[in-house]
Amino acid sequence: MKRLLLLGLVLMATAITYAGGYRVSLQGQRGLAMGHTGVAVVNNAELAFFNPGGLVFLENKINAAVGVSAVFSDVVWQNDEFGEMARTDSPVGTPFYAYFSYKLSDKFSVGLAAYTPYGSSVEWEKDWAGSHLVNDIELAAIYVQALASYKITDNLAVGGGPIYVSGSVNFNRNLNRTLTDLDGNRSNVTVDASGVSAWGWSAGAMWKPMDSLTIGVNYRSEILVKAEDGDANFNNIPNSPLTPFENTTFDATLPLPAELTIGASYQLNEKWLFAFDYNRTFWDVYESLDVDFANPNIPDSNNPRQYEDSSIYRFGLQYTANETFTLRAGYYFDESPVQSGYFAPETPRNDSNNFTGGLTVNVSDRVAIDAAFLYSRFKEIDESYNFYQENGQNVPFEGTYKSSAFTPGLGVTIKI
Amino acid sequence: MKNYFKYLAILALGVVSCEPELENSIEDGELYTNGSADFSNYVALGNSLTAGYADGSLYITGQQNSYPNILADKFAAVQETDGFTQPLMNDNFGGLLAGGTQIPGFDTRLVLAVGANGPFPARYRGATPTTDITNVLSGPFNNMGVPGAKSYHLVAPGYGNVAGVSAGLANPFFVRFASAANSTILDDALAQDPTFFTLWIGNNDVLGYATSGGTGTFQLGNPNFAEYGMNDITDPTAFAGLYGQLAGALAQTADGVLLTIPDVTLAPFFTTVPNNALVIDAATAGQLTAYFQAVAGVFTQVLMQQGVPQEQAVAIASQYAITFNEGPNRFLIDVPASQTNPLGFRQMTQEELLLLTIDQGALAAGYGSVEFTQEVGEVIAVLQGGGSPTQEQVGILFGAVSGIDDKDALDSEEILNIKQATGLFNDAIAATAGSLNLGLVEIDEVLGRLNNGGIAFDGGVITSDFVTGGAFSLDGIHLTPRGYAVVANEIIAEINATYGSNVPKADVGAYGTVTLSQDVQ
Repeated sequence: MKRLLLLGLVLMATAITYAGGYRVSLQGQRGLAMGHTGVAVVNNAELAFFNPGGLVFLENKINAAVGVSAVFSDVVWQNDEFGEMARTDSPVGTPFYAYFSYKLSDKFSVGLAAYTPYGSSVEWEKDWAGSHLVNDIELAAIYVQALASYKITDNLAVGGGPIYVSGSVNFNRNLNRTLTDLDGNRSNVTVDASGVSAWGWSAGAMWKPMDSLTIGVNYRSEILVKAEDGDANFNNIPNSPLTPFENTTFDATLPLPAELTIGASYQLNEKWLFAFDYNRTFWDVYESLDVDFANPNIPDSNNPRQYEDSSIYRFGLQYTANETFTLRAGYYFDESPVQSGYFAPETPRNDSNNFTGGLTVNVSDRVAIDAAFLYSRFKEIDESYNFYQENGQNVPFEGTYKSSAFTPGLGVTIKI
Repeated sequence: MKNYFKYLAILALGVVSCEPELENSIEDGELYTNGSADFSNYVALGNSLTAGYADGSLYITGQQNSYPNILADKFAAVQETDGFTQPLMNDNFGGLLAGGTQIPGFDTRLVLAVGANGPFPARYRGATPTTDITNVLSGPFNNMGVPGAKSYHLVAPGYGNVAGVSAGLANPFFVRFASAANSTILDDALAQDPTFFTLWIGNNDVLGYATSGGTGTFQLGNPNFAEYGMNDITDPTAFAGLYGQLAGALAQTADGVLLTIPDVTLAPFFTTVPNNALVIDAATAGQLTAYFQAVAGVFTQVLMQQGVPQEQAVAIASQYAITFNEGPNRFLIDVPASQTNPLGFRQMTQEELLLLTIDQGALAAGYGSVEFTQEVGEVIAVLQGGGSPTQEQVGILFGAVSGIDDKDALDSEEILNIKQATGLFNDAIAATAGSLNLGLVEIDEVLGRLNNGGIAFDGGVITSDFVTGGAFSLDGIHLTPRGYAVVANEIIAEINATYGSNVPKADVGAYGTVTLSQDVQ
């Protein structure tokens, strides 16, 4: 028992996960604990996300998994030239998931899934040095998906289904570096849109060439969330015809990029399972964040992003200690889609090393508690966002950034 | 089983409390050094420019963007300091009350309003002043800048005595925070045991003269400050002696930086209204030229009637035969009538300056040239017809000349006085810095740069152009927050060079310029 505990601690200490851009890789505590692998792991209903093709391989008739994580993420920024620094005081993010599958026959399963693969919550000190880029941003997207999984042969299955997305965004920044009202309150704008819906799909396939080896592939489509007639509220605007800002509506499109995952898992023996996933996230679609204000007197806001496709390499390890305990650990390297010179403080993400760990406690034959945590380690980085303009001139916003994120999570798995 | 969760919880909490930390963090004091200077208790002495005065008034956000406050903010990144306090006003409107009544001459701030003819500076009228000088603040205050103070006011007992305000013997801004009725600015500063100081004084020793259009006296050779009027220029020799005492007293226990004073004639208050803004078409030019030929001709006759020989009369009168051309022409200026210029007016010379406060409407109506009336036209018609004007008609003819008053312009002699005094003041400041081993910032050179090409920053170029240049506030004399940030950076550069420190700079692009408002009715 004691040795088990030590092993658990060691594994956790070496392990964790977060993702570049505003992708949040927290779609299952079991997968997360293993470096957020799972495209080729048949474990529980988390397959609904990782690879719906594998759902039909689940042994039980009814499978469910629900869980929630708490994202504690903070960023510190410093500019040596001007002796300035700022820290985010971001609210705790709570991405969740709920998966359900039902085996209609030996060859056919159906399922339902709800999860939050994209989101961001960053809150800088109001009016900080980069407040002309962002004061705070809250971005959320809930995916709801109907699924079907079909076993073509005994060792090959495919699955997938349509995704309905409901997105919301709330973003506040100051209009520029200096504009204030008479009392010195900085002029700012809040754009807010919620209940923005869009459609997409995902599909996957799972192949078991031999008992101990599973290979999987999964693709989730790109979804463009188009906010139309969202609210744009301008605050602390000086009373002057030179600043014709007034509350209006806006249109904007935020892309939720496609993601391709291929991976494999290998069951070494009864106790040990290894998993490897490779993700390619097609961030290239995120070229610019353009906010188009309805009022023609208000200049539109164009913010180049120029994200590039990025890769994530995930490694996971599972140790089945006994009937009650299963321990997991993992690691992944997350390549940031953000390019040098486009480092905006609204998603200040550089490459990260992520360590994960967790365990499952089987409370009964049917119910298990899944716990996982993720520790994301970012290198300190000197970066800038060069595409903010004043008087037609690019004014870089520079500094040294360091992020950290810690994400504990808890879930329940039910098998009937 | 229970233990698992316990340890997991402990581990989780341990990691959560781990905020991201930088390798070389400002917070840890790892980045900057104060060198041989000690910024722990910084005291700033000076006048309006030190107080953060802008837009013809003192108000909170102006004070928050004063160069001493900017400096103190940067000092705090370098070492632990005792903080920096300022005698903040009660509002952002500006203006002063005494016992609930507004003090004349201490009006609300200027804002940039937009009218039918475009943007123009005007007094903010959205609210009335709420800062009452009878509410004395309890200090001490690190920012001892007192708007309006001349060099000798820093050692004048009673300069903060409320009883002396109405008689003009005391300064209402100092009344607000003087430690006692008879204390001096210098004593209140020294009582704080400053470890570091800046001294930027002397501007008002010449500024009052300049902004009054040179109506005061250059008190050259008169060291008795008690005899000086508001608009006089301080005797440079007396200034030098006093300045040495001021800096010497401060330097006994503290390191510091001295600032020279800018050539005020380079400020937008004097450079915005061109002296050749009399833009006329060919017909008007012809009319004016004809008029002044008539004046010269008639005046020749007048002189000859008074017994002046013809040749001499022609020579004297010919100065009034001023020729005007299509396009811009320089205005006429009133000068004291003399034997060589008996009518007491002449055309402005190229270097002479008009004040920002000159009545633009009057200029358009003939102020600075000739106020033509029907009667004037009739006199000219008589002359052109070969007739002789009556005495009365001669009076009408000459009386139509409307030269610019002394209070609205700086003539070449006045400019010379200003430049001479400024140069001598700055010589004294530089010599004092040298003898006391203090830092010296030549602000006159900085203003020169603003006037000549400007100072580049990440969002453009800062120049001394009125309203648009970014350096000067709407009063044309005092600086904007951005202008004060430029000053702060000059001081920081000098501190770093003098004391071996590396105080970080101010990000000038993050400091604003002029404030917009339509509440000016």
